[in-house]
Amino acid sequence: MEEKVSEEIVLYHGNGGDGTKELINEILKNLDNDILRKLGDSAILNLKDKLAFTTDSYVISPQFFNGGDIGKLSVYGTVNDLAVCGARPLFLSLSFIIEEGFLFSDFKKILQSIKEASDECDIKIVTGDTKVVEKGKGDKIFINTSGIGIIENENRDLSKRKVEKGDLVIINGGIGEHGISVMLERLGIKVDEKIKSDLAPLDKLILPILDKFKGIKFLRDPTRGGVATVLNEIANKFSYEIEILEEELPIKNWVKEASNILGIDPLYAANEGKVIIIASKNEGEDILKFIKQNRLGVDSKIIGELKNDGNRVYLKTEIGTRRIVDTLKRDILPRIC
Amino acid sequence: MCLGIPLKVVKLKENDLALVSMGESYLEISTVFTPEVKEGDYVIVHAGFSISILNKDELEEVNKALEEAKIIYDDKGKG
Amino acid sequence: MMIKEKAEELVNLINKISKKEINLMEFCGTHTHEIFRYGIKQLLPKNINLLSGPGCPVCVTSQSDIDYLITLVEKEDFGVITFGDLVNVPGSRGSLNKLRLKGKEIRVVYSPLESLKIAKENSNKKYILIGVGFETTAPNIAYTIIKTKEEKIENLLFLSLHKLTPPAMKAILDMGEIKIDGVIGPGHVSIIIGRRGWLDMFDKYKIPFVITGFKPLEILYGLYKLIEIIEKNEQQLINAYPSSVSEDGNKKALELINQVFIIDDAEWRGLGILKKSGLKINEKYKDLDIKNYYDFKIKTKEIPGCKCGEVLRGIFKPTDCPLFGKLCRPDNPVGPCMVSQEGACSAFYLYGGESE
Repeated sequence: MEEKVSEEIVLYHGNGGDGTKELINEILKNLDNDILRKLGDSAILNLKDKLAFTTDSYVISPQFFNGGDIGKLSVYGTVNDLAVCGARPLFLSLSFIIEEGFLFSDFKKILQSIKEASDECDIKIVTGDTKVVEKGKGDKIFINTSGIGIIENENRDLSKRKVEKGDLVIINGGIGEHGISVMLERLGIKVDEKIKSDLAPLDKLILPILDKFKGIKFLRDPTRGGVATVLNEIANKFSYEIEILEEELPIKNWVKEASNILGIDPLYAANEGKVIIIASKNEGEDILKFIKQNRLGVDSKIIGELKNDGNRVYLKTEIGTRRIVDTLKRDILPRIC
Repeated sequence: MCLGIPLKVVKLKENDLALVSMGESYLEISTVFTPEVKEGDYVIVHAGFSISILNKDELEEVNKALEEAKIIYDDKGKG
Repeated sequence: MMIKEKAEELVNLINKISKKEINLMEFCGTHTHEIFRYGIKQLLPKNINLLSGPGCPVCVTSQSDIDYLITLVEKEDFGVITFGDLVNVPGSRGSLNKLRLKGKEIRVVYSPLESLKIAKENSNKKYILIGVGFETTAPNIAYTIIKTKEEKIENLLFLSLHKLTPPAMKAILDMGEIKIDGVIGPGHVSIIIGRRGWLDMFDKYKIPFVITGFKPLEILYGLYKLIEIIEKNEQQLINAYPSSVSEDGNKKALELINQVFIIDDAEWRGLGILKKSGLKINEKYKDLDIKNYYDFKIKTKEIPGCKCGEVLRGIFKPTDCPLFGKLCRPDNPVGPCMVSQEGACSAFYLYGGESE
């Protein structure tokens, strides 16, 4: 039987019948597994452990950027949300909302990317959906995911950990890379491949440290709003004043230069391959040494500590003065994540 | 706004364009306001244009002035 | 760390020589921002008072200019190309950003040359590039205008809101609302106009003036030189940023400004209409001037309670404005001093002001 190959995705592909079948076939070509191919209205999963359940939507523009694409982002982003809660990622749902006129070839590229990313993380896409909207009622393609992971043992359950004064703030590498690189592309500034998003899955960095060290108190990935936003959330949630040191912030040279050129503070720029770790003082150095051995942690640094009772974040500048790092209050540029 | 920071010119291109080093990567700018620029020069970049070529001799001024001032204002009066 | 030690040395020198109670005013949005970002005020003795003047080009854009722009874009089918901050400045009828919600195309660029590309790639759409900025940005827009004419691009027009710094400085000094003992001279404007560009103003007012750079050490160094000459009662115009600023400035940049613009009167928020303080597109390039096609006056409503004018003149600190931190915050700005990252209110709010 001849397979119909369209050049563009149009409203017909959202009809629920043969049109939609074209999209589903393409999805199955790339993401086939025992559950998905059943094409049931629901995926039936057999799980006994404590579950972590998360959801996210991805609306990034441009859809293809240096360091990744919206497909890869939707997988890694969801994996990371599970990993920072101590969960091993297992299953993903995947929903596409496609604006008519979107190229089939681009849709294929995104699916291939999703396949690579899900293989790397050992997760299965088990259920999904596709919708097509009229031109002008969407922007090329939006992706929604939800993810299920399991908390396999007590070590990985962070819910009862106690954050304390003196705890250290650790980050696994350079800040602001995703946000700044996407911003440069959006402003039409020609850049080469070295300037790219730090997009990466963090499960294989995070889960081993949870197994090895009891002193991990809290984890969060600084996506939208950057490190500054997450630190403010932590300071507020646990009622501690956090102080970070400008000298200790890991930051690639191109991020530094670009952020000066653009007038954006990298502390507020999004990261897609970074995790903030709040760790006990006595295990901090050991944790640092351990994550530095992981390719996603080579530039890890201890950047600050929880100093006192309070709820704000301060930065000690390189000239020795101290200033507030406030929560993000303005629109830097939309559609970075 | 945006800080005009000194960036190194690594390659001159045609049409008054040049590549300046931006950390591990490059930025393309217009050199129409610094026509005498050479590869290896540092320029101040503002909104996509170089507006000044860094004068290396003058860079030392802060250090020199500090040394002089320390001598003048040192309470111990080291001449 | 080398930088911390050098900073300490400069701060020690300043503390040694500074005795008088003095007000020092800067006239550059980047100085406003960097002074707050690095907590410079914490290092200075209490007798030194740092003031922010009208150095933020977005902040000094008048309400009527904003209203004109928004009315124009609302009525006519133009896409707008601009630099970041202007999109959020509120006029009497909302901001450019709100026009995005009505389906208008608003594009933010880093370099004005990007507008040539946008116009060429979308030849069936008309665009306006908004030129906002002082002497540092005007040459870039001038070159873009020249290129637009050369390449015969027909769907790109320009709105010049460019202004000149020395007239604003003179106006503040003439108003005499606050005693200004010394000026922290804007480094980037000086790159373009040279040390010589201030001579006219300096000859008239004889106020201690030090052209200063932007890195924290350069700022401290500039402050040190300024405080030194004030303590010695010397009226001098010093270039403390000689690595980038020359005596004559950037000749080519000044040439292009003259090729495209003429000096005209302009309206400044907080200062009113200042004679010969703005740049208007001249006769030769008037086909590219949007004002040549749409020149209308708008009835403007001043924002009640907003004290941006007083803040820009240095007589109010941001906290003196009744709206600061309450009705007026970066996420919900009432006036431009809070919208722009270079605005005194925004910098004060973002970096904690003088609380630390």
